[in-house]
Amino acid sequence: MTVKYTEDHEWVKAEGDAYVIGVSKHAAEQLGDVVFVELPEVGKTFAKGDEMAVVESVKAASDVYAPISGDIVEVNSAIVDEPAKVNEDPQGAAWFVKIKPSNPSELDALMDEGAYKDFAGNS
Amino acid sequence: MTMNNQGRPTKASDAMETNVNTFTGNKALMIEEALSFEVGDLSGSGVDLPEAKNKTNRLGGLERNTDIGLPGLSEPEAMRHFVRLSQKNYAIDMGPFPLGSCTMKHNPRLNEKVARLPGFADLHPLAPESAAQGALELIDTLAFWLKELTGMPAVAMSPKAGAHGELCGMMAIKAALEARGEADKRVRVLAPESAHGTNPATAVQCGFKVEAIPGDKTGRVDLEALKAKLGDDVAGIMVTNPNTCGLFERDIRAIADAVHEAGGYFYCDGANFNAIAGKVKPGDLGVDAMHINLHKTFSTPHGGGGPGAGPTVLSDALAPFAPLPYVFLEDGKYRLVETLHHAEAEDSGETLGRLTAFHGQMGMFVRALSYMMSHGRDGLKQASEDAVLNANYVLARLKTEMTPSFDGPCMHEALFDDRFLKDTGVETIDFAKAMIDEGYHPMTMYFPLVVHGAMLIEPTESESKRELDLFCDALLSLAKRAKAGDDVAAFKAAPVYAPRRRLDETAAARHPVLRWTPPQQAEAAE
Amino acid sequence: MRYLPHNEAERQAMLKAVGVSDIDALFSDVPKEALNADFNLPDHKGEMEVERSLGAMAAKNRAAGAGPFFIGAGAYKHHIPATVDHIIQRSEFLTAYTPYQPEIAQGTLQYLFEFQTQVAALTGMEVANASMYDGSTGCGEAALMARRITKRGKVLLSGGLHPHYGAVTRTNLELVNAKVVQSPMDVDASEDIISQIDDDTACVVVQTPDVFGNVRDLTPIAEAAHAKGALLVAVVTEVVSLGALKSPGEMGADIVVGEGQSLGNGLNFGGPYVGLFATRQKYIRQMPGRLCGETTDAEGKRGFVLTLSTREQHIRRDKATSNICTNSGLCTLAFTIHMTLLGEAGLRKLALLNHEAACRTADALAKIDGVELLNKSYFNEFTLRLSKDASEVVEKLAEGGVLAGVPGARLLPHRKDARNLLIVAATECVTDEDIEMFSSKLSEALS
Repeated sequence: MTVKYTEDHEWVKAEGDAYVIGVSKHAAEQLGDVVFVELPEVGKTFAKGDEMAVVESVKAASDVYAPISGDIVEVNSAIVDEPAKVNEDPQGAAWFVKIKPSNPSELDALMDEGAYKDFAGNS
Repeated sequence: MTMNNQGRPTKASDAMETNVNTFTGNKALMIEEALSFEVGDLSGSGVDLPEAKNKTNRLGGLERNTDIGLPGLSEPEAMRHFVRLSQKNYAIDMGPFPLGSCTMKHNPRLNEKVARLPGFADLHPLAPESAAQGALELIDTLAFWLKELTGMPAVAMSPKAGAHGELCGMMAIKAALEARGEADKRVRVLAPESAHGTNPATAVQCGFKVEAIPGDKTGRVDLEALKAKLGDDVAGIMVTNPNTCGLFERDIRAIADAVHEAGGYFYCDGANFNAIAGKVKPGDLGVDAMHINLHKTFSTPHGGGGPGAGPTVLSDALAPFAPLPYVFLEDGKYRLVETLHHAEAEDSGETLGRLTAFHGQMGMFVRALSYMMSHGRDGLKQASEDAVLNANYVLARLKTEMTPSFDGPCMHEALFDDRFLKDTGVETIDFAKAMIDEGYHPMTMYFPLVVHGAMLIEPTESESKRELDLFCDALLSLAKRAKAGDDVAAFKAAPVYAPRRRLDETAAARHPVLRWTPPQQAEAAE
Repeated sequence: MRYLPHNEAERQAMLKAVGVSDIDALFSDVPKEALNADFNLPDHKGEMEVERSLGAMAAKNRAAGAGPFFIGAGAYKHHIPATVDHIIQRSEFLTAYTPYQPEIAQGTLQYLFEFQTQVAALTGMEVANASMYDGSTGCGEAALMARRITKRGKVLLSGGLHPHYGAVTRTNLELVNAKVVQSPMDVDASEDIISQIDDDTACVVVQTPDVFGNVRDLTPIAEAAHAKGALLVAVVTEVVSLGALKSPGEMGADIVVGEGQSLGNGLNFGGPYVGLFATRQKYIRQMPGRLCGETTDAEGKRGFVLTLSTREQHIRRDKATSNICTNSGLCTLAFTIHMTLLGEAGLRKLALLNHEAACRTADALAKIDGVELLNKSYFNEFTLRLSKDASEVVEKLAEGGVLAGVPGARLLPHRKDARNLLIVAATECVTDEDIEMFSSKLSEALS
């Protein structure tokens, strides 16, 4: 599956029966140097749109919302230890969490790469 | 004649070498200073105290038996330490401090003098009422001035700062809603997008939910958009007037009426009261509560970030819920009501409770009253007019090179955005830092959030025309240089003449070091 | 008007440059009927007249230094070295703003860093913030912070907590529908607060020395709280006591709040004071208030900045840890200077002098018929039970020139059994003559 995006600048990508979630390159650039990341505990359940994680730069603090409903199966503690990774590789090594979805059809409503590029360009 | 050719040379040197690296790191009057923890040791002290005569111990077996880790300095060492530190600060006594929304005006020293009279400075807050009649009289007198200047019937004196006053006002609104039996229903508070961050934070601290009111093209509250958001679940609105764009809310009466019609209350953030004090009574505008920053409008000093003071005026609707303690006059004697028990006995309303241990910022009250009495009715009016005149003068002079965000006239501060820097490579922060090298404290930057790269300039009434002209000349020159585009690197490097170059805030936040640690401990921790 | 630089010609020139003919044209957005309101206030006055009026008010008060003085209960009379007031009146400290431009505010930032280090050391905690308004508001904030950390609803207040601190905490907590449980007045530190800690308890708030002067062992309370997943908030209203007593951190506190007035700051009828706020490193992101941190500048030189601002209202807005937007800047400086002058050696000596003065005072008073000393332990403050109404005794002694202490009814008017209580503080400022005069006037009043 290709990468999909939310209007809150998160990306979602299938990996096995779970989905990897992170923040978009565009969002990482807008935030500036990331200094702090807070991730949820493994096993927690979120509904789509719930506040799931926090990412902070010196000048801004943003909530990261669950793009789909489901359970957290893994979190990337490397970005908690080294928040700078979020600026270096937001759509790769600096993923945030992996979610096992309870309703995979929620993914259909998300944007593909092209649609997101248009969206981010205008926002 | 006799010749003495041994005297010192009196001509300036021909050498023009700059950027000399000194061996010490000092630069003439700018002297590097270590932390007191690196200078002193645990046996050092700058006080001479007698030894305790007998060593009775009634500490319940809980005496300290470990080192605290606090070095001491002798008096000359301490004096030098803090004087050197002081010389690394910019201050209003040194030059213009045009921080918009912060009101850095002259701090009269008479105020400092009277606040130090032993009858005020050395008076205990729990001294018997009979021993504190003059203090209670002062609080009552200041309260009279504040009520008269705002046209409001009551004032809560105890809030310790502006944000604390906001809390007081919003608590009073919540208490009034509770008394009406509507606290569970009215949970929304509306505040403009341009509001100070304290407004939403305060509303949430009171258990409300906050919603933004959009602004219109003129930088003011969009009245129709506000009306559309009103309903029977709205507790009230929080509106700053004059607002954070430096503009007076033209529709203020209509805003107040609409909110009242919907059953809500109008909290006015009084941060910018200094533009209208002695000219306009907020009570005439339909306000239910408003805090007054004594440290801004009435110039009790900012002191490097405090202490402030935020007495909060209340309308008839909110007055019964005023916090404890309060002062009243009975048979020629001032009395204090300090406890719920006492308030109930006096049958004087349903107080929202207590905001602080004692009576508020007495030291600031004395300074503020001294300031008010010195200015008087005529001087306060003139001060507000001069503050507004100065801001408009700056706006008029700077608009040739910089980009004002809204049409004038403005009130006490002028808002610019970064359109004039478009495509120059210079950003608001670079422009601000370049001002430091020119000898000025920068204006408020990146606030309010409603314009891009905001620069909010508040000159205050304390600046002379000559000082304003020099300031404007400097900013115009910087704007021209930025637009010329050949010196971006100089802007990016600024400041170069300050005690420190730009500081790495990212590193500070990523790895917070919030205290000094002895070297061996710091090494062990690594 | 001496504070306003413009003359009329300059005002006219500036109006012309702006393009308006009169000043009210700049106030054209103000509703006409509200502009140029009438004010029933006097016109401006010279320095001499203002000083005379305010001096007359000051003269009606009885300063602590004017005679024998034994009032405490949250604010204490100490000697302040002359250096302190000189330095805090320097223009560069007095007339600076919050250090938002760190390149030209290193003076303020460095003393804040030193202050944070001093407070952390004194309280035995890992980190401290740049101060709160005062001890009582810090206490309310600590309870709110404990709620955020534990995500629990209930706050337990010890019966030895200063009643005004309890009232401030209740006012703040009830706003967000937290449950506040107040233990009854506990004059002799015999309450069993441990048994009240349950699985819904966010924190237990205990003061030491408590409002009646008792020194409390926090260790068993901390252990019990931690066993239930709750936090211990320790309150210290007399910071000088930390020169003689085990620190709350040593005894297991999770958050320590204190009133720092005793160091560097005058009594000022209750404010401005300086709230101390310290905690464990792991909780820093839940802390309220300003924090100063170390970093480097573009040339690699050490410098200081305000940091972790994303907790604060100007960035986090409705999700901030607190709405607080200031600290007690200049009072913080006064604290730091006094603490630096004392040093460890001086503070310990000062604490012993206070304890000794209190012991001497207590011994002298306890000999009087109709006086019972209720404390088993104390630092520089203790509570007496008198044979008469303490408020009346205090008034009578005040007439005789002795400010004798705080009558129980002033703080706890709803408690009939507090009416005869007198809370007495004695600091290094108390002399043998003061004690003698207090004793003789008290025995007179009780006979």
